[in-house]
Amino acid sequence: MATDKTSTLDEVIAELSDGMTIGIGGWGSRRKPMALVRALARSSVTDLTVVTYGGADLGLLCEAGKVTKAYYGFVSLDSAPFYDPWFAKARTTGTITAREMDEGMVKCGLEAAAARLPFLPIRAGLGSDVPAFWEGELKTVVSPYPEDWTRSHSSRRPDPDGRTQTLIAMPALRLDAAFVHLDRADVHGNAAYTGVDPYFDDLYLAAADRRYLETDELVTTEELVGSVERERLVVNRMNVDRVVHTPNGAHFTFSGSYGRDEAFQRFYVESAGDEATWAAFKARFLDVDEQTYQDEVAKWQAEQEDNQ
Amino acid sequence: MSTNDAGNTVSGSNQTDAGNTVSGSNQTDITRAEYCVTSCADIFTGAGEIMASPMAPTPLIGARLARLTTEPDLLITDGEALILADTPAIGKTGPIEGWMPFRKVFDVVASGRRHVVMGANQIDRFGNQNLSAFGPLQHPTRQMFGVRGAPGNTINHPTSYWVARHSSRVFVDQVDIVSGIGFDKIDPQNPAYDHLNIHRIVTNLGVFDFGGPDHTMRALSLHPGVGADEVAENTSFEVAGLADAPTTATPTDEQLRIIREVLDPKGVRNREVKS
Repeated sequence: MATDKTSTLDEVIAELSDGMTIGIGGWGSRRKPMALVRALARSSVTDLTVVTYGGADLGLLCEAGKVTKAYYGFVSLDSAPFYDPWFAKARTTGTITAREMDEGMVKCGLEAAAARLPFLPIRAGLGSDVPAFWEGELKTVVSPYPEDWTRSHSSRRPDPDGRTQTLIAMPALRLDAAFVHLDRADVHGNAAYTGVDPYFDDLYLAAADRRYLETDELVTTEELVGSVERERLVVNRMNVDRVVHTPNGAHFTFSGSYGRDEAFQRFYVESAGDEATWAAFKARFLDVDEQTYQDEVAKWQAEQEDNQ
Repeated sequence: MSTNDAGNTVSGSNQTDAGNTVSGSNQTDITRAEYCVTSCADIFTGAGEIMASPMAPTPLIGARLARLTTEPDLLITDGEALILADTPAIGKTGPIEGWMPFRKVFDVVASGRRHVVMGANQIDRFGNQNLSAFGPLQHPTRQMFGVRGAPGNTINHPTSYWVARHSSRVFVDQVDIVSGIGFDKIDPQNPAYDHLNIHRIVTNLGVFDFGGPDHTMRALSLHPGVGADEVAENTSFEVAGLADAPTTATPTDEQLRIIREVLDPKGVRNREVKS
């Protein structure tokens, strides 16, 4: 019998240390491992580098003062008001170093790390201000092959003008740890998504030394493989070190079985508007353990209905 | 199988005949938004069997209008991960013909089989676009989305822009952060730049391309009621061809019928662009 990897949020956080590079799965405000993010935000771990298709995950970690450097293509809440207030504050106050890049470059860097390659070539980024964001850290590479890439023929021929492609050498985005949220998993770390898009979660895990999976539903292996199409089993136990059962853990982003909590997301942004409202939000929803968070969210939702 | 009548009857139909079958359209009441939609549809003329990725309601209606008229082979998605088999009204879903999750989108981007219509917080005379932030890179005064897919889109496949409010704050002398790259960024010695094609800009004032001197912005047409002065006042740099720009072509009765009855019966377009 394969290893039972079920763990608590605290056990995961205890394996992390200052200065680590953490990759966070999901996309924008979609299927983010928010229970792990919340646990990291209230921990004593600091000086982190974060790699993400960013949303409130990066915002909340910036607010908690955890982030020194961020590698991202964008930071979006995916629905109005779109911009994350805490990421915006970190950027406009200059408290984090931004390694901004094209979205495709994030994928490229994770693929390089997963394949144990130092870099992979990509066109994206050339001519843009991405290299300026990277302050000399981003290099280019000259193709070793004679150039020709017209669609009309497949055989290699020299470029008529003798030119050769110079491309961005996207460095491997190697992760000390990766957090992902999958809808359904077993205790060994096999997991499936039930929504419409797998995002890049398996790639984050493959690019990381320590691989952490949170899940809404913890089921037997038989139930897992019997309840979804096989193509949805995008994560297997070989790339997972710990499994944390976190029902509704992706809240307020969405998971396969529940939508984004749009009202709560707006409340999050509005609360960031001034010190008093943010202090109240933080005391109620962030300076508490995950179970208390979920209980308070349920109460908040009931309050909203009463106010209707 | 199409369940959408418009999809079956429109492509290949003769525009002179279509005028007889129109219900509810009125050439005298055409809104500015409708000129913008048909201008956005024109972006895709000749695009063929590629993925159309419009990022706002007006170009989204435009891409679907193109699919129902001149470009029946366009691939369009639901904005998430599904490729639509039919051409439903915006905000509606329907039968699908495929799956296009984010990871596959980047493969399509690199292949060149895509035409994106992005927005722009800033754009300059050479087509450099910014949607990242205002101010210095590491210490901006205002943070927006980040560069998103703009660097990869622009260097890989045709890219157009849609600007709902043409102003000198958007059309600037120099963008703060180059997200989408412009024609002045091309390194002619590097074939990696060979695919750069900033095809068109559609705004609430007119239609533009980069056929001006040294690949600078040029007016192709101005919407009815828009004068060259209004464009000049709302643009921080000189626009080529402004004085000679013709009026944007009038939407046909058939285009109006499709826009009003099929693609946008709730009039979302008229909220994005006021007449």
